[in-house]
Amino acid sequence: MTEIHSPRGPKTHEPTAGQTVGPFFAYGTEYDRMHQVAFPHSPGSVVLGGRVFDGAGAPVPDAMIEIWSRDADGAIPRARGAFRRDDHTFTGFGRAFSDDDGTWEFWTRNPGTLDGSAAFYAVIVYARGLPDKLHTRVYLPDDEAALAADPLLSSLETDERATLVATRQPDGSLQHDFRLQGDNETVFLQFAPGGEDARGER
Amino acid sequence: MARDTAHVAAPESLLASPDQVSQSQISDEIASVHADAASREAAGEAVSRTLHDFPPYRSSLLRHPTKSPKLVDPETIELFSPAYGQRDIAAIESDLTLQSTGGEPQGERMTVEGRLLDSWGRPIANQLIELWQANAAGRYIHQRDQHPAPLDPNFIGAGRVITDDNGHYKFTTIKPGPYPWKNHVNAWRPAHIHFSVFGTGFTQRTVTQMYFPGDPLFALDPIYNTIPRQRDRDNLIARYNHELTVPEFSMGYEWDIVVDGPDATWFEPEEGER
Repeated sequence: MTEIHSPRGPKTHEPTAGQTVGPFFAYGTEYDRMHQVAFPHSPGSVVLGGRVFDGAGAPVPDAMIEIWSRDADGAIPRARGAFRRDDHTFTGFGRAFSDDDGTWEFWTRNPGTLDGSAAFYAVIVYARGLPDKLHTRVYLPDDEAALAADPLLSSLETDERATLVATRQPDGSLQHDFRLQGDNETVFLQFAPGGEDARGER
Repeated sequence: MARDTAHVAAPESLLASPDQVSQSQISDEIASVHADAASREAAGEAVSRTLHDFPPYRSSLLRHPTKSPKLVDPETIELFSPAYGQRDIAAIESDLTLQSTGGEPQGERMTVEGRLLDSWGRPIANQLIELWQANAAGRYIHQRDQHPAPLDPNFIGAGRVITDDNGHYKFTTIKPGPYPWKNHVNAWRPAHIHFSVFGTGFTQRTVTQMYFPGDPLFALDPIYNTIPRQRDRDNLIARYNHELTVPEFSMGYEWDIVVDGPDATWFEPEEGER
């Protein structure tokens, strides 16, 4: 169903530079049930949550977190309606704000893959005091063989790797913290040009 | 649920920097960081389009990563973006002057139009653009914005639109005012509108700010200057376009947004919904 598109020739337009979301994003970006990627308590739904901390270990009370992931069967969601939740369509995308305790939370599903590679949530962190967005990933902790074979994780030191893998709680939920700076600073990502050798189904 | 407490504001003091230095000190720091970035770039180093480590923006001090980002090949999910369509929003959401049930908002009525493009100048259709802004007096409807400028009962300052087949978007709104913040003594933000845009891939996701031509506050503002290159800063400034000005109604501004990302993107055939 998909094809890869790689235009020939050099880029012709300068990308627009990013800027902080500022302190007042909450009223401009909030929408109903934005953190309910999957309908709460529906079969297969899980809670993914955690906290955001600054370089002094203090909670960041004004961060915005976005997640985007495959469905449990590895399919990439293509259904519209992430802004108008119908409470049954899985759109893969969600947005949450941290509260005064730095805590954020989603209802979503455990992402899957089609080829046995390590499953993860693609994540973007925004905050007041953060001049531009930060990309990262939150991997599921369950398949150790897949995690060991992951190109990104296997390129990291043990302590760095730990910042990208969530912890499964006894109740099945996933817990994961983001540290913007300092000890156990989250590994943030920059995407290489290319994509010709990006994995994917055809 | 955390959602119910999202608007319970942290203390107002959180918005103030721990030191309250003068504008001249902040301006000197900006010049110093820019000079350093320029010399690193001249030496062949790849300098970020926006600097995460930018001390003149005081609340960034403890909130920026100290390590370089890891360069990774995007996985397939990252080469796709959430799918949007007209179903996700109401058409009226692109007119910020109609979002309250009262009368006309105060201020300079304007339209902002432009296109969402990729790095090859190709238009990006069916993508969500969100915006939020202060009112004409420079006040946000937010608990943490407590400076004594009037709230406008007829202006909320948030809107959304989906780009059309040519990547075109259009908002009707009110020109925002500059406002004070607590970064340093006499810190004022240039008038701006926050934009959030999606591209065809999650790697292209951008949140940025659009500014207005000729603003005297540009050189003084740490946030605008987190972007070290002049040409990148210039690209955040809308162009006044008299052709877009509507007689007896509104001033017209034009601003295109370009999203970058990996050189290749996964595409699917369009399914028809708009």
